[in-house]
Amino acid sequence: MQTHQYDVVIVGAGGAGMRAALEASKGARTAVISKLYPTRSHTGAAQGGMCAALANVEEDNWEWHTFDTIKGGDYLVDQDAAEVMAKEAIDAVLDLERMGLPFNRTPEGRIDQRRFGGHTRNHGEAAVRRACYAADRTGHMILQTLYQNCVKQDVEFFNEFYVLDLLTDHDLTTEDIEDGAEVNATGVVAYDLASGETHVFQAKAIIFATGGAGKIFKTTSNAHTLTGDGMALAYRRGLPLEDMEFFQFHPTGLAGLGILLSEAARGEGGILRNSEGERFMERYAPTIKDLAPRDIVARSMANEVREGRGAGPNKDYVLLDLTHLEPAHIDAKLPDITEFARTYLGIEPYTEPVPVYPTAHYAMGGVPTNIKGEVLRDGHNVVKGLYAAGEVACVSVHGSNRLGTNSLLDINVFGKRSGRSAAAYAQTVEQHLPIPENPAARVEAQLSEMRDRPEGERVAEVRKALQETMDANAQVFRTRESLEQAAADIRDLQKRYKNVSVQDKGTLFNTDLLEAIELGFLLDIAEVTVVAALNRRESRGGHYREDYPDRDDTNYMLHTMAYRRPTSAPDAADGHVEGYFDHVEDFGDYKVVLGSKTVTQTRYEPMERKY
Amino acid sequence: MTAVLENTTEAAQDGQAGAVASFEVTLKIRRYNPEVSEEAVWEEHTVTAHGTDRVLDALHKIKWELDGSLTFRRSCAHGVCGSDAMRINGRNRLACKTLLKDVNPDKPITVEPIKGLPVVKDLVVDMEPFFASYREIMPFLITSGNEPSRENIQSQADRDRFDDTTKCILCAACTSSCPVFWTDGQYFGPAAIVNAHRFIFDSRDEGATQRLEILNDKEGVWRCRTTFNCTEACPRGIEVTKAIQEVKRAMITRAF
Repeated sequence: MQTHQYDVVIVGAGGAGMRAALEASKGARTAVISKLYPTRSHTGAAQGGMCAALANVEEDNWEWHTFDTIKGGDYLVDQDAAEVMAKEAIDAVLDLERMGLPFNRTPEGRIDQRRFGGHTRNHGEAAVRRACYAADRTGHMILQTLYQNCVKQDVEFFNEFYVLDLLTDHDLTTEDIEDGAEVNATGVVAYDLASGETHVFQAKAIIFATGGAGKIFKTTSNAHTLTGDGMALAYRRGLPLEDMEFFQFHPTGLAGLGILLSEAARGEGGILRNSEGERFMERYAPTIKDLAPRDIVARSMANEVREGRGAGPNKDYVLLDLTHLEPAHIDAKLPDITEFARTYLGIEPYTEPVPVYPTAHYAMGGVPTNIKGEVLRDGHNVVKGLYAAGEVACVSVHGSNRLGTNSLLDINVFGKRSGRSAAAYAQTVEQHLPIPENPAARVEAQLSEMRDRPEGERVAEVRKALQETMDANAQVFRTRESLEQAAADIRDLQKRYKNVSVQDKGTLFNTDLLEAIELGFLLDIAEVTVVAALNRRESRGGHYREDYPDRDDTNYMLHTMAYRRPTSAPDAADGHVEGYFDHVEDFGDYKVVLGSKTVTQTRYEPMERKY
Repeated sequence: MTAVLENTTEAAQDGQAGAVASFEVTLKIRRYNPEVSEEAVWEEHTVTAHGTDRVLDALHKIKWELDGSLTFRRSCAHGVCGSDAMRINGRNRLACKTLLKDVNPDKPITVEPIKGLPVVKDLVVDMEPFFASYREIMPFLITSGNEPSRENIQSQADRDRFDDTTKCILCAACTSSCPVFWTDGQYFGPAAIVNAHRFIFDSRDEGATQRLEILNDKEGVWRCRTTFNCTEACPRGIEVTKAIQEVKRAMITRAF
């Protein structure tokens, strides 16, 4: 075991982590720990753009952007956070440009902007050109630019290090902590893939920027490495996860594969058609049609398929039609995604429509934070020294459905804010807080138990079963029955997980072992997702309950806060859980208890959501 | 320019997702585990694959169903993260972007680690020397004077000048396909030069002279023998050799 001391430790080197690092490392000794080389992070897969009301091509302002974000999130957005994001979006884009990001340009040489789903002029009048972009590889250019600037600023990285535990000075899973009492994060424990050694990082401030958890689903646009590590670590240490029932299904995944085809395809004029050739979005969103927010488009697509108007031999997808666009326009604006269609499906988008179907894309929920990036341990108390930003976090700017491009914005705005807050806080802390005598014990025991288990079920089998039940029961359409089925399956899979074994018993570069550990994270995230979805007996944004098809502001205009507690913990109804929702799910060794948090409203009254 | 795989017409006919029959495929994989032996060995595995399956799917099938110790890097699985560059049938490619049906699955498909970088385990190589070269060419925008209050102004034509080299995902397929790099690991290699090109030809940048100085080194651009292996290897379709030539020309003319 090796130990390190830093002022700020950032976990994850995607957009949020590196944006935080650029800020934190200016004033504090900073290390970035990442399970991948930074340029492998999934920010690089983002395509279409990053919205900011620059008004470079037409009238726009950040207040319209705030409104669109709130309405797009079906009013479950914290409005103060959305305001911060839309206002700071402008500087976030300009910062990136000045760091070197090669945006596409207008004829005047300014940053060009294009249309994107749910982004409108004057509160919904018509689609607005707000997305700043670099062809259809905006995320790639953001990731590269941030890494380049980290190189310039000599940021210290620990690459291919997996963070497997969070150290705190109180055990939140069992201790009953008073309101206002101080809880501190003190460090993280990481595993160096190359050597198999554990490393303890003591830190005055820690930022989680570990990304999403799309691999709980089978059909997903997410990377194999998006296994919800940061969320699961927080959850296991007794911190709540917020709004996990809200998962975004991106409308246009390549059918059967889930590979993302950017919404920019529709922003540039692409049209969704059913087997009859009908532009069906005209029926579902008469004003902005194909550029309606993702939850609405995904649901409409799934509905077309259910009603027998799907295309293809099995009638199980719809078609994204770009054939009316000029090939030169496609090459200039959408080169990568058209290449995906050619490479993976053998489809030529110049002349043939592309088969698409919704793909699990983005977790709106995550580790709760305030607008400074500080992590909450309940509805209002923060954990000192712990921050989160990006998809792992829930601030909440996306509410129940994120608008396209707002994730690239989120990572830049809140990455920067959390980096700044963490460094400022670290500067006020004189001494590192003590950590337990053997801080890596928990991780080492977990690893050796997994490695030494002589035989058992394969990790891949359990993971496949998890992903299949999530796709079948917790996808675009949900019911109490389907979710109860998923919960029962997950209970069973949590048991089976205790008996999985790995074949690679070695020390060096043991990816077999790490896949087993990651499966544990996935199961925990799926568990929270399903329990929270069962509890929310309404339909809002990305969470659609066929048995409760309407939004219910009376009972559910609240953020869900899910806590894992020992079965022996006091009954939640006694006031131990803030904003207790009357829902507890028993998993044998522990229970999942659901509390709530109020939604911050500033100037927008919830309205019916129509496009 | 986009990279188009061979056999697109054939692929178009069976392009319907899931409509293609399954087939057996054998992978002949170069295995090396220093904890077991200092010798690398060839190992064959046969798995069932489907029409749209990629080499990465076959590797996963082997790892997940037959031998968990098979070790390789991967992440995004659709050709944008650059983790899984490997030598497939003697040519550098991304395993996630190479469809099995496009590399003649009738014969065993050989899979080896990329060449010229130390092998860590199986298909995993030590990427540090590669990234060290990248970092050396100052891969970041260099400007002087006051920052503009808004964005820098750049015409679309100036932006297009370096578009091709912005596509690089640092997968190392080019560098590790270069015969000069194989024999001399000190050579900067195509990827580092591509990334220098990306800044040298960016109208906003003022660091071209410094970068050209670095690449004028004896391990710099002049080592390039124009074999075009790099261009052929690039999974992003970047005209790597052309970019290197442009850097050479800029070195002489000082025009960029």
